[in-house]
This record gives sequence, structure tokens and C-alpha cells, in this order.
Amino acid sequence: MAWAKNILRVNLTEGTCKNEPLNMEWADKYLGQRGLATKYFVEEVDPKVDPLSPDNKLIMATGPLTGTCASTAGRYSVITKGALTGAIACSNSGGFFGNEMKNAGYDMIIFEGKAKSPVYLFIDNDDAKLVDAGDMWGTSVWDTEDAIKQKHQDPQIRVASIGVSGEKGVKYACVVNDYHRAAGRSGVGTVMGAKNLKAVAIRGTKGVGVKDAGRFFEAAAAGKAVLAGNAVTGEGLPAFGTQVLMNVINETGALPTRNHRDVQFDGAHSISAEAMAEPRESDGKPNLVRNSACFGCTIACGRISTIDRTHYTVAERPQYQIASGGLEYEAAWALGAATGVDDLDALTFANFICNEQGYDPISFGATVGAAMEMYEDGYITDKDTGGIELKFGSAKALTDIAELTGRGEGFGAEIGLGSKLLCEKYGHPELSMSVKGQEFPAYDSRGIQGMGLTYATSNRGACHLRSYTVASEVLGIPEKTDPLVSDGKAGLVKAFQDATAVFDSAGICVFTSFAWSLEDVAPQIDAACDGEWSVEKLLEVGERVWNLERNFNNAAGFTAADDKLPERLVKDAAKTGPAKGLTNQLDKMLPEYYQLRGWTPDGVPTNETLSRLGL
Amino acid sequence: MKIRIKLYASLAEYLPADAVKNEADLEVNDGTTPTQVISRLGLPERMCHMVLVNGVYIAPDERLEKVLEEGDHLAIWPPVAGG
Ligand code: SF4
Repeated sequence: MAWAKNILRVNLTEGTCKNEPLNMEWADKYLGQRGLATKYFVEEVDPKVDPLSPDNKLIMATGPLTGTCASTAGRYSVITKGALTGAIACSNSGGFFGNEMKNAGYDMIIFEGKAKSPVYLFIDNDDAKLVDAGDMWGTSVWDTEDAIKQKHQDPQIRVASIGVSGEKGVKYACVVNDYHRAAGRSGVGTVMGAKNLKAVAIRGTKGVGVKDAGRFFEAAAAGKAVLAGNAVTGEGLPAFGTQVLMNVINETGALPTRNHRDVQFDGAHSISAEAMAEPRESDGKPNLVRNSACFGCTIACGRISTIDRTHYTVAERPQYQIASGGLEYEAAWALGAATGVDDLDALTFANFICNEQGYDPISFGATVGAAMEMYEDGYITDKDTGGIELKFGSAKALTDIAELTGRGEGFGAEIGLGSKLLCEKYGHPELSMSVKGQEFPAYDSRGIQGMGLTYATSNRGACHLRSYTVASEVLGIPEKTDPLVSDGKAGLVKAFQDATAVFDSAGICVFTSFAWSLEDVAPQIDAACDGEWSVEKLLEVGERVWNLERNFNNAAGFTAADDKLPERLVKDAAKTGPAKGLTNQLDKMLPEYYQLRGWTPDGVPTNETLSRLGL
Repeated sequence: MKIRIKLYASLAEYLPADAVKNEADLEVNDGTTPTQVISRLGLPERMCHMVLVNGVYIAPDERLEKVLEEGDHLAIWPPVAGG
């Protein structure tokens, strides 16, 4: 129960769709979504595979709770070998697509091979078929979603698709569902594009069963009561969204600014949640229209925004004078602080384009920041940029490049390489602020020490969502620790990593973890799923998933030498704020972390660790 | 002496009328503590979740004792999070 116990295997080369039963032995060890799909992936794919070759596979996976009435239980993930990183990739998305997929009766869809010409997968419950997408190739996510709904004459179809950037090989293309929810990181959309797969469209009406309905309703209701009663999930996130962090992290002195040259941004307030709520001069309305929620979510952190109609980006373009997915903290940071741009409307516009054409605002903004530094230092010239004056702080440069990157054209195609390849190309690899090829998100690890270890050891490249120690180090959840010290952070990072892998494998949103511990999650899983699910068992699943991912990366050719931060963060001290004079102390944390993990000093899980975890 | 206060999210409504970008200067006596500023501004204690002085976290039990100095930045948030 909870699992549909059914997989759809789609061979794009052959054009076939076949059902097969879910391996329930694996489900008991890996739960679902991130964990279970990664298990399937590593069993079936050569770790050395070229991410863009037909031999790479791409899995869309729900969790056992997806589609149930547990709060936030609408999640799905896309698992593949990342185009940006060459490492295991797992990008998680909300919206309504995951629920629809589960209700159509699928735990996972495994895509293999490559279609001869563009196709989309259409699923109407048991009926699954590949449909020609020639007329949609070259169109945006938004147009693709509209076209599919129109073609099938059903507005309730849920669509996950790629935009033009994913077709054109922008390395950090996303899979976008429900217009502005994205499996955003590591280039999972790029892999989809390389398979000539434009979209997956689903109508599912079967319902999702649970093991013990009475006990499950009680556990789900208890979980919702905890979220509602918690000041963060019940009040802070719905009212201000993640963007409330902009001023917090700036004040803390950990807001990476202008490609991590600085740790505080003088324009932070202008691009913050507080600024989004201020009425603007032209029409007296604020940028923020309302909040929004993914399927079944009782938190509702999403932002719906408009751009000032008199702003240069949209004044002549009514198609963008709409209310659509607004800035989340990570996007606002990358498009803003990382580039030194403090124009809220320009950022909102760039964010619309990221959604419309399906690419990751974090990697994009951070790559533009790196390019701006190279431009200011004279390594990139006007000739390279096609005449765009790529200076820090230029809103026009940001929005022009956003549109070019969306279409994979001109200098936008170069920005689409990601910062690692771009900086290598122009002879300055040290200016790429990334780990394993993936750009940092919005926390400077000189001011939040645990995040340095988080980034260095994240299995999908630099990422905050693998172990969000910011919660403890800055926000005091569940307990406050000092962000400026590295002592104790190895254990903190490991604990966050293992617990997060559980949330990501269950079908629920990791933001519930601001209020829920595994004590709140375990009763819901236990009542919904076959077998017995205690906190201890879940933690073991989390640790097993982490080691499984690590093993794949090691086999793909990554070593301990890839668990490192750019020199800027470990050699150049922060210039202002509480962390002034500090660098990240990764060298102190990493050996302890390997030891706690039961890995060799070279970062390889020992045989003892592997057998303890049944790997 | 003068300090700079910064109140964010739902605490913004407690800012003095002359505040710009959620910040305002406040004249306080020597020896003033964060707790005294919090009560002078009428901030509900329960809503003062995160209190930073010059970016450094001041734990609830330190707010009574920490003595503010001329030019200090006192920033306060209700319970918030993001990611
Ligand atoms: S907390 Fe936010 S991201 Fe998570 S499910 Fe709810 S609305 Fe979606």
C-alpha cells in the first residue's frame, strides 16, 4: 500500500511503454522517490556513462506518501546522471504533477534510450503512449503545457516539460511542471532534451491506497497540526516565503555577493521579501500578489508576483504583464546578489524567463556573476559577449542574457555552459564558485561554516538542500549552533544529510522539517506503507541512500579531491560582518566527517560500512 | 547614544514612522540592553525569535545582559525560515 507497486518503463529508442512490478524488497530498503529511484538507476546504468548519451537513463519517481493526504505529499523527483555535474542527480519538485503521476498508478517512470524525433509521453491512467512533439519542439515550457492541454482537450492534465534551453543543451536546464515548479538542479532537463523527450503529460484518477486508513488519517492530521502550530511553517513561510532570508543572511554576513567577492550586499533590502511587499510607485501595488501552495500543502510558501508594467522589461510586452511564479530566496540571491543587481523587477523578469524556458536560476545567476567578474577583469570582452556590457550591477545585462540563455543563443549559449566550463574556457577556473561543477546556492560558507562541508560533500554538487545546516547555525532549528565555528559541524552535516534523504524518499517537502522531525514522519509512513517503519529504520534508509549515491559517484570517477571548495572560500577571508577575517575550515571538518561516515580517509565507504547498511 | 534598529517581516509594523528600508536610528541611554529596546518598542517577546547585534546572534538569556554600544545594529526577526 501507498506504493502503486507499478513502474512504467519507456524505451524511447524502440518507442515502447511497458509496465513492470515495483521491486518491494528494494522499497523496504530505499523507501521511494530519491532512494528507490537511485537504487534502480545504479543497478541499471554504467556510472561512467556520458550524461547526454542514450545509455543514460532518466527516472521520474514519486514517494509512497505522494498523492496521499499527508501535508505536502505531492512531490516527485527526477533522477539521472547530471548533465552539469557528471554525478548522481536527483532534483525534487512540488506543484501537482507528482500527485497526478501517482494517481495514474505509477511509482516511477524509467526513460531509456533516445527518441528518433521529439516526442512526449501521454498517460491517461493505464493508457501510456508516446506522441509526436515535432510541433512543440522549439517552444517554451508555458506554450508546451498549454498546447498539450488544448490538444487533449483537458485542462486537468498535468505536464512536466523542458523549454528551449533544455533542447539546446544548456547544462543546467530543468524539468518544469505546472508552469513554475521545477526539478531544478544539475541539468536533469538537459538529459531529457538529449533524449528528444519534450514533455510528460498525465491524467490520473485512480486514487492512492494506504495500509491502515484510520491510523493514517490520524497521523496525517497530527502532522498538519504540528505544521500549523509552528511559528515558521504556520506563519513565517506562508506570509513571507523563503525570501525573508535575504535580510537575515545579509545581516549574518553570509550573503555571497558579486561572485563571492563579498559576503554582504548593499542592495539586499531592495530584493528581499520586505521589498516584495512594498507598494510600487506606478500602480500602488506590491510585487507580491499572493502566496501559493503545492498539492496537499498546508504551508504554502510559494510566491505569485507581477512585474511593474512600466518596467523596461515588460512595458512593450504584455505577455509578461501577468501574475506568475515569483522570486524564491535562492533565485533572488543568484539573480541579484551574485550579480550585484538590485532591481527587483529585473530579477522577477529573469525568474519568469527561467521558468518559461526551463533553466535553473541558481546556476544561471551564479554563472553570470562569474562572467561579470571575468568581464570586469578583462578576461571576457565585448567581442565575446556580442556587445553586452557585462558589469556587476547591470540589470539590462542580466535580463538580456537571461533571454539569450533561454534560447541557447549568442553569449547566452556560453552562459549555458555553467560557470565551471565557462571559467575554464576563459582561462580562470578559480573563478567558478562551484563544487563538482554545480554552482553554490545562497550561503557563504565563510560565514556559515557547516555549509562549507555541506557543499563539499553533497552528492549532486554544491547544494543547500542536501543538509540545510543553516537551519541550526542561523535560524536555531532544531537547536542553535554557532555559524562561525567548525567544531561539531561534521556530525551536524551527517545528521542533516541522512534525515533529508528520508524526507526526499517519502514524497513530502523538506520544508516540513522546519517543524517535523522524523518522529512526526515515521507514524505517517508506518500507517501508510506495508512493513514497519520506525525512526531508526528511516534513519538507516537515509544513511543507506547517502552511501549508495556516494558509491555511484566514486565509481563514476569522483574522489576525495572533488570534495573541495574553491580557493576563494578557504584562502580569502570574508571582508565584512561577523565572519570578517574568517575562511571556511573545510580541512578541519572533512576528516572527521569521513570518519563519522565510516569511510576511509580517501572518502570511500569501508566494507564494514557497506555491509552494515546492506549495500 | 544612537543605535540602529532593524525590524523585519511581521515586526516591521513596530518601526518608528521615519524608518527607511526597515531601519531607523534610535536614541538610547548608555548601558541599554536588547531586552530594554524590545520592551520600549513594544515588541511582543514571543515574536522576537532572532535577535542579532551587528550580525551576531544573541541568545534569549543574553538579551538581558548584553550592553549595546554607540552605533550598534540591533536586528530582530519573528520565527522565519527559508531554503
Ligand atoms: S512548503 Fe512550499 S515548496 Fe513545500 S510543498 Fe508547500 S508550497 Fe510547495
